[in-house]
Amino acid sequence: MARVLAMTRATPVNSDGNGDRPPLVEMTGVNKWFGDLHVLADINLTITRGEVVVVIGPSGSGKSTLCRCINRLEPIQKGRIAIDGKVLPEEGKDLARLRSEVGMVFQSFNLFAHKTILDNVTLGPIKVHKESKDQARSRATALLERVGIAEQADKFPAQLSGGQQQRVAIARSLAMDPKVMLFDEPTSALDPEMINEVLDVMTQLAKDGITMVVVTHEMGFARRAANRVVFMDGGHIVEEATPEEFFTNPTSDRAKSFLSKILTH
Amino acid sequence: MDAITENLDAFWSGFLTSLGICLWAMVGSLFLGTVLAGCRVSPVPPLRAFGTWWVTTFRNTPLTVVLFFFAFGLPAIGINASFYFFGVSGLVVYTSAFVCEAIRSGINSVSAGQAEAARSIGLTFGQSLTLVVLPQALRTVVPPLGSVIIAMFKNSAVVGAFGVGGDLFSTGATLTSAQGYANLPVITGVAIGYLAITLPAGAILQVIERRVAISR
Ligand SMILES: Nc1ncnc2c1ncn2[C@@H]1O[C@H](COP(=O)(O)OP(=O)(O)OP(=O)(O)O)[C@@H](O)[C@H]1O
Ligand SMILES: [Mg+2]
Repeated sequence: MARVLAMTRATPVNSDGNGDRPPLVEMTGVNKWFGDLHVLADINLTITRGEVVVVIGPSGSGKSTLCRCINRLEPIQKGRIAIDGKVLPEEGKDLARLRSEVGMVFQSFNLFAHKTILDNVTLGPIKVHKESKDQARSRATALLERVGIAEQADKFPAQLSGGQQQRVAIARSLAMDPKVMLFDEPTSALDPEMINEVLDVMTQLAKDGITMVVVTHEMGFARRAANRVVFMDGGHIVEEATPEEFFTNPTSDRAKSFLSKILTH
Repeated sequence: MDAITENLDAFWSGFLTSLGICLWAMVGSLFLGTVLAGCRVSPVPPLRAFGTWWVTTFRNTPLTVVLFFFAFGLPAIGINASFYFFGVSGLVVYTSAFVCEAIRSGINSVSAGQAEAARSIGLTFGQSLTLVVLPQALRTVVPPLGSVIIAMFKNSAVVGAFGVGGDLFSTGATLTSAQGYANLPVITGVAIGYLAITLPAGAILQVIERRVAISR
């Protein structure tokens, strides 16, 4: 039943043949309240393997909450969320294992402050995947090279710029070989000159075929990398479209008024 | 001063007994208090409730009453052990409530994002706590924890009074009441004995504080 719903709902809008692939993230009838506040209202969203979905919307519309529900950092009160066919389990070992398959990049980086850059990246592989230290280290070094900060491996997070820290955070997520990566406003805490270095890394990930859910207001990135834009307002998904359609020809009034506000600066 | 010099042996063995009580109780209450703090911040409601109950119960009960329960209550329901064991256990149970709260305040001083990042790479709750949160909490936790432990060292005198026997406090009591030595010099000797435990403890604490402040 959920499967059927998902299929009818979420054929990806891009035409590269993703439509045949099984859904990776399925949210069906998801509802969440903070007290009286209905933060997520009947959310149905399906993301297929390799898809890049940008979530956009006004402040307080529930974008972060949507992201955080996908790896159950926030529990939901109603509905169903499944990752690669598996419904999110209750708090415990199973949930931990599932979270290891869902990378998350935060607005405030959240690098482990007491560990070096290299140890930030190797912690998960060593403790969760039980990789040997040597193997974890060599993989981490390769990942740090991929995001362009291999020289900083022995420093502590506080010694790095925001853009560098965020790239480390991306490497830390990638080290777990996640099936999908969630980005919650990854560039909002950055100075303008550092935004692009992070967006470039993310664009490359999108090209490499990594499944991504990205909360961002960076329209350049959305146009360049996204297959689909999801517009949220007041806890609802109001509109879903390709970036091109959404930015040039939004259908809902709320999207129009939102875009007119962010386009003016 | 004769009271002290003539009874150096008694004081020395009293000192060693007290030191033993202190060290066992320290190890026990640090361990138990850490586990309880883990309970209090865990995502599992029954564990949280248990931690809260423990802290509420033992932080609000006088130590002497806790010791009464251990020394007389437990034998009454058929659990028998030495007074020494009961004494140390009572002290551990009582002190763990304070240790728990000191550690919990340290945990709360670490930003929530650290634990969220830890959990989102797939670390279990226990791993997030021991690998990410507690190491960072340590810096803020050392000073209040030190106060709790030093208070416990002094509380060990109450355990002695309860009939463990042979510790500093009861040695003093024996010398004055049974052997008729004057109070003042004997009590001075006892005080020196406790200071010989608490002052070095304070010094060690400062070293640890400096160490954890640097390592970061
Ligand atoms: N832990 C919480 N407890 C109570 N209310 C919360 C909590 N987290 C978020 N909210 C509320 O839920 C609503 C949605 O929050 P959310 O962070 O998901 O919005 P957002 O779309 O990410 O906004 P922003 O663009 O400002 O990041 C907001 O009104 C917010 O105040
Ligand atoms: Mg947000």
